[in-house]
Amino acid sequence: MTWYAALGALEQGLVYGIMVVGVYLTFRILDFPDLTVDGSLPLGAAISAVAITSGINPYLSLVFAAAGGFAAGAVTAILNTKFKILHLLASILTMIALYSINIRIMGGPNIALIGSATIFDPVIKLGVPSHLAGLLIFSGFAVAVMSVVIWFLKTEFGQAVLATGDNPQMIVSLGVNTHFIIIVGVGLSNALVSLSGALIAQNQGAADVGMGIGTIIAGLASVIVGETIFGSSSITRAIIAAILGSTVYRLAIALALGLQWGDFSFSPSDLNLITALLVIGALITPSIKKKVLAR
Amino acid sequence: MIHFEDCIKYFHRGSVNEVRALNNINLHIKDGDFTTIIGSNGAGKSTLLNALAGTFWLDNGTITIGANEVTRWPEYKRASLIARVFQDPLLGTCPSATIEQNLALALKRGKRRGFGPGVKARDRMRFAEELEKVGLGLEDRMQDRVGLLSGGQRQALTMLMATMVRPDVLLLDEHIAALDPKTANQILTLTQEIITSQSLTALMITHNMRHAIMFGNRLIMLHQGGVILDVDGKEKENLSVEDLLQQFYRVQGEELANDSMLLV
Repeated sequence: MTWYAALGALEQGLVYGIMVVGVYLTFRILDFPDLTVDGSLPLGAAISAVAITSGINPYLSLVFAAAGGFAAGAVTAILNTKFKILHLLASILTMIALYSINIRIMGGPNIALIGSATIFDPVIKLGVPSHLAGLLIFSGFAVAVMSVVIWFLKTEFGQAVLATGDNPQMIVSLGVNTHFIIIVGVGLSNALVSLSGALIAQNQGAADVGMGIGTIIAGLASVIVGETIFGSSSITRAIIAAILGSTVYRLAIALALGLQWGDFSFSPSDLNLITALLVIGALITPSIKKKVLAR
Repeated sequence: MIHFEDCIKYFHRGSVNEVRALNNINLHIKDGDFTTIIGSNGAGKSTLLNALAGTFWLDNGTITIGANEVTRWPEYKRASLIARVFQDPLLGTCPSATIEQNLALALKRGKRRGFGPGVKARDRMRFAEELEKVGLGLEDRMQDRVGLLSGGQRQALTMLMATMVRPDVLLLDEHIAALDPKTANQILTLTQEIITSQSLTALMITHNMRHAIMFGNRLIMLHQGGVILDVDGKEKENLSVEDLLQQFYRVQGEELANDSMLLV
């Protein structure tokens, strides 16, 4: 793997890491398997791209993207809590609805951002080489998101969110409206996923309706890889592990795609197979470790 | 204090399995009453407490607590007046949170939860004091996850959490039934201490007739969703297990008589 490819993988790991923190919030903390993310990632990209091409400040466009994501997540959570639709099904319904909505927002299946203003401009103007600008900005966003989420989960409200996923019966009897918590929690998760989508679109210079396919699998893979390698003994540790897991995942994929055995090499279409193998590997490692140590 | 008026609750209404779980209950609980509730399986004991806590809404009747008519209040809203301890020790605490985090969650029962720190330094002192009173050594383990504790320790913690903020009503749904006899007695003693020291209004379901007689100042026996025995004061003090058993057999005998009449 070249330095350039490694740098690219690291950059991707950080920007997708924001999405992974979102997936962690629903999947692990709220115990709410949420497939909305496959739709809310391109939703964020679409909103940001449309905002930028109509002359809105790229940084402000991120706020709109996050708000859109929050709304999408809230819809899923309302379908689940207020109308008793199974969480998986509710999230799939929102996800497929978002496919059409995203095309409506963009007025077509994609929007190019070549030549438009992006969040990288101010940094590049300062003299940072353009291939490092992404890394710098995404590190900033990743650290900021991590810090805010860790702070949030340690507040009174955040503790109620944790308890809602852990023991809903108990937290209701302590006076918490769990429906409200789930709506806010799934909303926040999708706000992060949309933010991640908006950043990705600005980085790759286009928003595309198909860019969200496989988001949930990549998110789960990163969460599991992160937990397996970096542990999850405390909330702080688990959130940091989610972002690190995301970078390890992207590096592993870049590494796999660069492999060459004689005439054989992986093609990008093998990505799903590699992801599946990676997740299986991460899932069975603990039990194998236990067996080996027991001998 | 607590008024149940004409309370009716059906389960599986309209199906062949229809059960009238609460059969026109009229019950008045005075402020400071410690009431024990007994009855056979399916008599409606838990249903009565669940109706009060708001787990479901009644099909008929009203429930008033103090000055509040709570009949249409959702469960989480009633939690500002009511604290509960469940039979299953796992239900009352959050396993992945630490002891102090659980206590901090309980400290906010029925209050708004904002963006201040979940566990505040000034509350730690109080947590340690309260835990020390229980005498299980938990005050030295406040950073431990609750999942590491035994069932008895978790139930003791739940008792503390339920009464951290003084509840208007304390509901105990067979809260010692899942514990070994020694731990059960410890928790029962703790229960008595807390109820007396805070002079709480409490309702306790038990399967143990001796406990039902020993504890509290009032005893209620339920059968088929209705109150069939309600004694308090001196009359309760003079009650014996034999009296209660007799009462039990009398209603069950009636049932048999009714059934045999049907068969004839």
